[in-house]
Amino acid sequence: MAAIDQGRIRNFCIIAHIDHGKSTLADRIIEKTGLLTSREMQDQVLDNMDLERERGITIKSQAVRTVYRAKDGEEYIFNLIDTPGHVDFNYEVSRSLAACDGAVLVVDAAQGIEAQTLANVYLALDHNLDVFPVINKIDLPSADPRRVIDEIEDVIGIEAQDAPLISAKNGIGIEDVLEQIVAKIPAPSGDPESPLQALIFDSLYDPYKGVIIFCRIMEGRVKKGTKIRMMATGAKEEVVEVGYFGAGQFIPCEELCAGMVGYLTASIKNVKDTAVGDTVTDDERPCAEPLAGYKKVQSMVYCGMYPADGAKYPDLRDALEKLQLNDASLNYEPETSIALGFGFRCGFLGLLHLEIIQERLEREYNLDLVTTAPGVVYKVHKTNGEVTELTNPSNLPDPSEIDYMEEPVVSAEIMVTSEFIGPIMELCQQRRGRYLGMEYIEGVRALLKYELPLNEIIYDFFDALKSRSRGYASFDYDIKGYEESKLVKLDILINHEEVDALSFIVHADSAYERGRKMCEKLKDEIPRHLFEIPIQAAVGGKIIARETVKAMRKDVLAKCYGGDITRKKKLLEKQKEGKKRMRQVGSVEIPQKAFMSVLKLDDK
Amino acid sequence: MTSKRELEIYLHIPFCVKKCFYCDFLSAPADEETRTAYLEALMREVRERAGDYRNYRVVSVFVGGGTPSAVSEELMAKLLKTLREGFEIAPDAEITIEVNPNTADKEKLYCYRESGVNRLSIGLQSADDGELAAIGRVHTFAQFLETYQNARDCGFSNVNVDVMSALPGQTVEKYLHTLDAVLTLKVPPEHISSYSLILEEGTRLYEMVSQGKLCLPDEESDRRMYELTGRILKKAGYARYEISNYAKEGFECRHNCGYWTRREYLGLGVGAASLIGNHRFKNNDSLQEYLKDPLGQRIEEQELSVKEEMEEFMFLGLRLTKGVSADRFMQLFGRELEEIYGAVIARYTKAGLLRYKNEGKGERRLALTARGMDVCNTVMAEFLL
Repeated sequence: MAAIDQGRIRNFCIIAHIDHGKSTLADRIIEKTGLLTSREMQDQVLDNMDLERERGITIKSQAVRTVYRAKDGEEYIFNLIDTPGHVDFNYEVSRSLAACDGAVLVVDAAQGIEAQTLANVYLALDHNLDVFPVINKIDLPSADPRRVIDEIEDVIGIEAQDAPLISAKNGIGIEDVLEQIVAKIPAPSGDPESPLQALIFDSLYDPYKGVIIFCRIMEGRVKKGTKIRMMATGAKEEVVEVGYFGAGQFIPCEELCAGMVGYLTASIKNVKDTAVGDTVTDDERPCAEPLAGYKKVQSMVYCGMYPADGAKYPDLRDALEKLQLNDASLNYEPETSIALGFGFRCGFLGLLHLEIIQERLEREYNLDLVTTAPGVVYKVHKTNGEVTELTNPSNLPDPSEIDYMEEPVVSAEIMVTSEFIGPIMELCQQRRGRYLGMEYIEGVRALLKYELPLNEIIYDFFDALKSRSRGYASFDYDIKGYEESKLVKLDILINHEEVDALSFIVHADSAYERGRKMCEKLKDEIPRHLFEIPIQAAVGGKIIARETVKAMRKDVLAKCYGGDITRKKKLLEKQKEGKKRMRQVGSVEIPQKAFMSVLKLDDK
Repeated sequence: MTSKRELEIYLHIPFCVKKCFYCDFLSAPADEETRTAYLEALMREVRERAGDYRNYRVVSVFVGGGTPSAVSEELMAKLLKTLREGFEIAPDAEITIEVNPNTADKEKLYCYRESGVNRLSIGLQSADDGELAAIGRVHTFAQFLETYQNARDCGFSNVNVDVMSALPGQTVEKYLHTLDAVLTLKVPPEHISSYSLILEEGTRLYEMVSQGKLCLPDEESDRRMYELTGRILKKAGYARYEISNYAKEGFECRHNCGYWTRREYLGLGVGAASLIGNHRFKNNDSLQEYLKDPLGQRIEEQELSVKEEMEEFMFLGLRLTKGVSADRFMQLFGRELEEIYGAVIARYTKAGLLRYKNEGKGERRLALTARGMDVCNTVMAEFLL
């Protein structure tokens, strides 16, 4: 394939708040550029995992290359790089942005700017991308494009007067978007003759090809046979294949040169070796410096995952191993719980990431899981000067050995219409938020800024936010750092036995409240037994709350009708089946979902 | 012909005057025409099936429902006659029919007697007319007394009376009043069944309780009623032989004991269940279908595995106060009871829900304790392998 004129390449992404129509616009762009016939089009080509489609969220960033014949008669190559749309994946977003030269900002004509819109735009501007806006859903009855254009100019400060007014869903105004991509997004620069310098923005494990690296070539060139080195991880291999992204398929080519976006494979066995953000260079002729911005991915949220059926432990281990091949941000190590047996302590980018992994394990690997309450990573400063990271509450050292503890804190921005400011502030207050300020946006909406402890927002903060704002609040956050905090371990005792899997770390001031709610919740979750079961919450050995599950007195099938034994047996079988889904702690059977009950303690 | 196998026969009559609020059995009111058509179909099933049971001698017959007495005595007599023509009925066979007050006059009862019925089971449920109304019964206590007296007058000397505890609004005192009313009958019944009400989903009562229109006694009272039943009846000369059944010596219901000891039984009529050899099967529940083709209704044909037979042996046998025989288990399955169930037995004997009994010749038996009977489902579920 002949070298492509850099001037005819456009590397860009689409950024938007969730549901503002990013994926739909991507589909239209692919459709209009004609690489695929309408029949070949799946509804949303970029999202090819089932799960993503159901959740309406793009999880893995991917890329697609299309060819557009512009009104100037020239053919342009569009590399559209998709970005994940959730705060859990902020780092991945930043690396995808770094692979682009510009961004199309999609804003909903009815809803206007939302918290994620701002967060994404600022992120794009931070990466020096040229951003131009597109107003979507103009055919909605509630659409108000004028207002939204003004809002974009006022709040974000980018030119929006000639923003295309489109309906991605109905294919209105797409040509306009394509022309603006050509006109407003700069062509890439970079010297094909310089040493190779390529940015990894994603990678994928394929059982046949090994790891497939998604990269943007910043400088130099790469082709089959090039001996490459990942500058951060140090992994070295020889390139087996290079190519670009057709919609939903890999199309091999001769070589990739500066300015291009594509993939390469090199018999790499683990995505851990191809960290997102790392720089690929030519081992024989390396570049002087790696690209800026590489960060080692850190798990922010941890939880225990156990097979419901203890015998499935090896299956769980295999499944995690396989998932990790494709997901470098998933961490796991074996752990043992007295209550739950053998399992894994798993680390995730955030709660959504956790839920996705959990669902994939259950759906794709057919595993029935018991998951313990997620927690964040605490820093424990011991009196002997040692600092340890705590991911499992059970491992908290004896209080006498602890000097102080720190917890992660986030800077959060919450966009909300003014009528809900009160309830939202109250919620943030409850969650130990520190108020930083508020900005009004064109009168009726406000951007609230808070610092919040991460452990207060990982469970149900988003749900609480939605329920207190009738679904209108939007939310985005960034990890700010660690702060000292008065934290304690709350233990739960069932029938006087401490259940390790139910322990969690909580701020001392909320311990009583959380303990009480936890006991109430467990009282409802634990079925009655043949004996009375006390449920207690304790901090440092001191009981702070108690509930009792009364003993079961009656469990009889009084009459057995007309010799219909099968019916009776079915009843007993159902009872036995129910028991199977329980975990035995001492002499008490605890339903598996009880271990997750700590998640849903919000009253509203 | 002593080599003949023993068989029990159950005949199902799916009709009643009006459905009681707690009832989830296969029964509903029907017109005269439907009842006649059904009895005809049932007699056809009796005739057609009889040929398969030449090697059997019938040791008990139970006509249950529904309310069998809701059917005319002529039809019932014809049904029993048909049965006798097709099957060999042992001379001492126990032949029971269920009767509800207000549906059987002297004439009807006399006719039953003539047809060979030698045991009556009368549904009283409560001696309190308010309670009776609350659960949708169509009779009063006075009407029960009349039916009961008629039964005695017609010469029935083996009578069961059904009562219920834990009824809506029932107090312990009111329940005891019902028991007392039964025990102070001029000639008290030979057999008493006392069922603790089980709220079944889909029944009218379930709906009423869910909507808060009715209130059931708390569990504490429920268990107290149950306990007192045992104590009071024992004093009055009735021994509890099954979870809900009490009898004077020699009057245990042979038919029902057959179910718990896995005697072979043939169920005839809509929805009726059977156990023949190690086959369990039953007829379809649809009355319409049955009327069309009474012989084509067999469903759930199931051949029990050894494992399933063991399970049944246990969870059925444990309903009896005498429990199950460890020796018999060995005889039937060639395995020690403890080899299969050692862990469960150990756990529940320790918890005081099961115990070993050594009867007479040192036969080892395993039985539920009184407390075990209260929560027998929990225990029995553990005997499923």
